[in-house]
Amino acid sequence: MQKTYARPVSLQPTVSGFCPGCLHGMVCKLVAEAIDKFDMREKAVGILPIGCATLSMEYYNFDMVVSAHGRAPAVATGYKRCRPDNLVFTYQGDGDLAAIGLAEIMHCANRGEKLTTIFVNNGIYGMTGGQMAPTTLVGQKATTCVNGRDPAQAGYPMRMAEIINTLEAPVYVARFALNTPANVLKAKAGIEKAFKNQLEGKGYSFVELLSNCPTNWGVSPEDSLKWIQEKSIPYFPLGELRNN
Amino acid sequence: MEKKFMKGNEAIAEAAVRAGCRFFAGYPITPQSEIPEYLTKRLPEVGGVFIQGESEIASVNMVIGAAAAGVRAMTSSSSPGISLKTEGISTLAGAQLPAVIVDVARTGAGTGQIYPGQNQYNVATKAPGHGGFKVIALAPATVQEAVDLTYEAFDYADRDRNPVILLADGVIGGMMEAVVLPEPKTAFPEKRDWQIDGCQGRERRVNRSLDNDTVKLEQFQRDCAAMYERWQQEDVRYEEYLTEDADLVIAAYGTSARVAKTAIRELRKEGFRVGLIRPITVSPFPYIAFDKLDYSQVKHILAVEMCIPALMVEDVKCAVARRTPVSAYTRGAGFVVSPDEVVGAVKDLISKGGAQ
Ligand SMILES: Cc1ncc(C[n+]2csc(CCOP(=O)(O)OP(=O)(O)O)c2C)c(N)n1
Repeated sequence: MQKTYARPVSLQPTVSGFCPGCLHGMVCKLVAEAIDKFDMREKAVGILPIGCATLSMEYYNFDMVVSAHGRAPAVATGYKRCRPDNLVFTYQGDGDLAAIGLAEIMHCANRGEKLTTIFVNNGIYGMTGGQMAPTTLVGQKATTCVNGRDPAQAGYPMRMAEIINTLEAPVYVARFALNTPANVLKAKAGIEKAFKNQLEGKGYSFVELLSNCPTNWGVSPEDSLKWIQEKSIPYFPLGELRNN
Repeated sequence: MEKKFMKGNEAIAEAAVRAGCRFFAGYPITPQSEIPEYLTKRLPEVGGVFIQGESEIASVNMVIGAAAAGVRAMTSSSSPGISLKTEGISTLAGAQLPAVIVDVARTGAGTGQIYPGQNQYNVATKAPGHGGFKVIALAPATVQEAVDLTYEAFDYADRDRNPVILLADGVIGGMMEAVVLPEPKTAFPEKRDWQIDGCQGRERRVNRSLDNDTVKLEQFQRDCAAMYERWQQEDVRYEEYLTEDADLVIAAYGTSARVAKTAIRELRKEGFRVGLIRPITVSPFPYIAFDKLDYSQVKHILAVEMCIPALMVEDVKCAVARRTPVSAYTRGAGFVVSPDEVVGAVKDLISKGGAQ
């Protein structure tokens, strides 16, 4: 019998602690598979945020630095400038990247740092228990907006891929969703592209992934996938915004 | 040995390069902007990296990335910017990363003023960030000492895997003096056994300041506490100036200590037996220096500080433990204390019976 599918070596053989149905595990796997594809596990360095993505420090099977909340792009900048031969990526949630770390992500992208950002947009603060994020949809309920996000108070959800795309320096800016096998395959190709750009020394790549949070959205894992299709994607359009 | 006439800030920057610093990130703020301005030219000459960060927060986090990569790294700022760096300094301490942080301190809360001050004493010595950690904080009183302490700061940081603060002030940073520059260091660790560089041929490493294993975390905190104790035994540095026969001892560090020395020479000419204890490591504080005094002789200890209220005086009181009265003479708002003022303050105390 031929073995056609196996756990990527860039993931440790352990059980994940993400909530049932959470797509963070999918992101870990896609990133690990892409690193395996380029045979870069021994040169990979993940710069982790604070958020649910921090859990992946127990799952990835390569070197990592866990940064303070929002600061991963700055830490990654310092690291990559010192060790340009490593494959460096930040893996950030939407509170981390679009709220507390907005300055760090904008300037990292604007400097065109030769690294990759994997941005997991689940529309909520997962780790701290479901507070409103900069990406929470209008009308979406969260523990800090119990009647749903009100634009008069909280403004509108931030489209980070589009915001990054206003900058000159980035070479690749794209948004994918993780709700269907077809979309996952596109996301996988996008992540690979983003890493390839880095390996070729091209510049900064930003990949936004529309993800879910069944626990804090208060829906079943299955319904959370429908939610992405019906609510998230219409507001956060998919596609490659820039592919230089 | 090269002797050069240099401005304090530039001398600190050059000393850092000679200590093997190969990464600097910083954000402009008076009175330290000459440090990044110098290093943007100098670091590329030695294959180092200079980045102007978008903020002090970003800059110190870039330093975290460089330090994790195993590179000698530094950032600099002044009081308001140091507030923003405290998150990163705390992360450095929690993640056991070495780095040097220069604070060319200015005066006052909030934006305060750009003029020199010693208001950063508590930040440097008590709480350079959240979490109850400590750092070695070095306080130069001359440009030469700023050079020497910067040069050594990187070794302390590497030895302890902990950030080190160079606590200067706007006087030291802006003053020009002749300095002897040290030889460029070559023998600093090339490859640290904890550095992050890709897991080729070894187990993966995770650099982090969080630990889900609270038993391990508590042990780490105990290890840190033991290290702080060791500093007290082994790393305390201070200068004693004419203390043997003194019946009044001034306690001062940095710029105010330098001014106090001039005042003491004046007072001695007039027959007053005044001495000085000058902490060089403000952390670990030289409590021991005050134990060496003869309290049957020392009638008063006067802290001279360029900040209102005085801050170091609390450590002096702790060291003196009520064996003799302790008070402070202060100037604030950026006014540099003058020798005449110190002479006046001492005479005032003596006339009130504080000393003979
Ligand atoms: C300075 C600081 N502020 C706040 C927190 C608390 N905190 C931890 S994770 C988090 C938000 C995480 O949400 P997000 O970035 O959207 O990622 P997710 O957990 O949803 O994947 C917050 C606010 C912190 N750790 N540090």
